[in-house]
Amino acid sequence: MTVSCVSVALVYPELLGTYGDGGNATVLAQRLRWRGHPAEVVVVGPGGPLPATCDIYVVGGGEDLPQSLAARRLLEAAPLHRAVDAGAVVLAVCAGLQVLGESFVGPDGKPSTGLGLLGCVTTRGRGRRAVGELVVEPSARWSAQGLTTCSGFENHGGVTELLPGTEPVGTVRVGLGNKDGSVEGAVKGRVWGTYMHGPVLARNPALADLLLSWVVGELAPLDDTLPLALRQERLRNGPAERYPGRGRARAGLDLLARVAGRGWGR
Amino acid sequence: MAVAGAQGARPGGARLPARARLAVTAGNGLAHLSRLVGLGSGSVVGGHLVLAVDPSALSHLARGRRVMVVSGTNGKTTTTRLLAGALEAAGGTEVVTNLQGANLSTGVAAALAAGRPDLPAVLEVDEMWLDRLVGDLRPEVVVLLNLSRDQLDRNNEVRHVAQRWRQACQALAPGAVVVANADDPLVAWAAMGAGRVVWVGAGLGWRNDAAGCPACGASVAFGEDGHWACGGCGLSRPLPEVRVEGEGRGVAAGVVVRGPDGADSRHPLELELPGRCNRANAAVALAALVACGYDPGPALGAMARVREVAGRYARVEHAGVTARLLLAKNPAGWAEVFDMLAPAPGPVVVAVNARTADGHDPSWLWDVEFERLAGRPVVASGERYLDLSVRLHYAGVGHQGVEGLSAALSAAGGQVVDVVANYTAFHQLLAELRRAGEAGAPGAGGLGAGGPGAGR
Ligand SMILES: [Zn+2]
Repeated sequence: MTVSCVSVALVYPELLGTYGDGGNATVLAQRLRWRGHPAEVVVVGPGGPLPATCDIYVVGGGEDLPQSLAARRLLEAAPLHRAVDAGAVVLAVCAGLQVLGESFVGPDGKPSTGLGLLGCVTTRGRGRRAVGELVVEPSARWSAQGLTTCSGFENHGGVTELLPGTEPVGTVRVGLGNKDGSVEGAVKGRVWGTYMHGPVLARNPALADLLLSWVVGELAPLDDTLPLALRQERLRNGPAERYPGRGRARAGLDLLARVAGRGWGR
Repeated sequence: MAVAGAQGARPGGARLPARARLAVTAGNGLAHLSRLVGLGSGSVVGGHLVLAVDPSALSHLARGRRVMVVSGTNGKTTTTRLLAGALEAAGGTEVVTNLQGANLSTGVAAALAAGRPDLPAVLEVDEMWLDRLVGDLRPEVVVLLNLSRDQLDRNNEVRHVAQRWRQACQALAPGAVVVANADDPLVAWAAMGAGRVVWVGAGLGWRNDAAGCPACGASVAFGEDGHWACGGCGLSRPLPEVRVEGEGRGVAAGVVVRGPDGADSRHPLELELPGRCNRANAAVALAALVACGYDPGPALGAMARVREVAGRYARVEHAGVTARLLLAKNPAGWAEVFDMLAPAPGPVVVAVNARTADGHDPSWLWDVEFERLAGRPVVASGERYLDLSVRLHYAGVGHQGVEGLSAALSAAGGQVVDVVANYTAFHQLLAELRRAGEAGAPGAGGLGAGGPGAGR
């Protein structure tokens, strides 16, 4: 199969790029180039129009005011809707996930209309922000497609409820994920939403390749010695860092929250 | 732009109330004990005790002396050092300062408690603590350098910090002066809350956190000459009274100060410290002194003599290698550090930790343009060297990964090695080099047993 240059759009990094989210575009493009596929990263500033013809869109995390500004831009001419209709892949991280849902929390604290590309609703959490290492076991559907245990870092105040038709990435082993430590992420069609930044693709090459395979089909293996070493180290040390000093008590609270089916800690 | 009033310390530094005196005695005693048993400088534990015995100790300790505070994401330690040295020279007085980076209420309390009550104080203050401390300290001068993403897991919204700075500026005592970087929209918007501002064109190497207007959220457009303006509400760059002119060392570089009559005066800037950002830090320090009526001459001379600041910019011999020590803990800091590195193919060791003081989330590594290190021998080091290693991998930068800092220095393979470390990695490195020096390794020159920066 011959593929023309794959274009990866980095959407409004000045507004949605707080947590090194541009790194996800770098990872996607490099993994294609290393396999001999031409790839380019198209950086789209908030001033210019977002092209609807890219193959992959990376939407990152951001602060309240820039987040709602980005949402307004993306709703105006609906370029992302057109791209998704045409089969584009979207990776939406943190605030990106929230913006792509049905509704999220605006800077005034009131519900704000999202893009509706993911079936989820985000509201303000009741406590502290969810901050720390996150480990997610992908659901059977994704592990059948090669996705392994995911490692990332979460930092969000909002809690996200999934609606029918949108499924999670998997179950949370460490951290809080969407809401209460039960499930993480939101996937609908080729739109992949997650609370893992880090950026997520640096630690999870299997996820990068899963998204890329939706664009270019089957992929040759790469030498992933370094990314896999980082993954192993994070999966080994991350959980203890999430609960420094209070390991068991804190993990127990998480478990309780999961059993009770409600969040305690944002 | 001079402020009317006496130079130097106010006469007859106020007497402390009994409870504050007790707090000071207890805190200094504990700090001394802590140093005796080798638990570090003791400033944090001592400060804790001072504030525990007398929660209002800060306002008592600050009363009766001239107080200047320095805050910002990057450069606050260096600017505090430059300003303190310049004030000593220009004012002909000793100065109380917190040079060990202890910049929360405890470190500030310890520094004030340890110094004579009538001496002026130049204090570095953490950007998250500025609003809480200015009420007690009642500073005459507040220096605001820059704001950008740092410690992502803690300061998750840099705009909220700007908001708190603005409130702090609005609450300053009448007559207080804010010396602020006009080139940083977040800083400018915060400083506009103050009654009196001296604007400095101190530059901005990293703009990604300033692209959204702090007032209205719309896009901020930057022009060629550093001018910026918001397309939504019209917020724009204030005209600087003080600016840096020219490049590099010598007569070509200088600080230009606009006097009250509108005429410019030029002052040559010949710093030992490297980099654009340190010329800007010196210009800001000079602006603060000129605003208080001091003569720029002695101040410039004192700043020119500063060679290192708490280990930063020091050159240290270790196992036959000369290490140039640089600190960079976020993308904005790195944007400045690239220009301080020896030219390629000079070897570079990059050391990254992610402890609490660094922030537990090293995602910021992906905002650093590490692609620029290609073509040099590079060693990834520190407790999170694997995160860095993956970043370098995707940047196409060949490198080795060596977790231990001294070992990384040897692995770099050069006579002179630039070492760029983030906060706790930097302090770990200083400690390792000092231990090696004490153990008789061939001269860990430049780092006395008293610790970085202790020899003032
Ligand atoms: Zn504006």
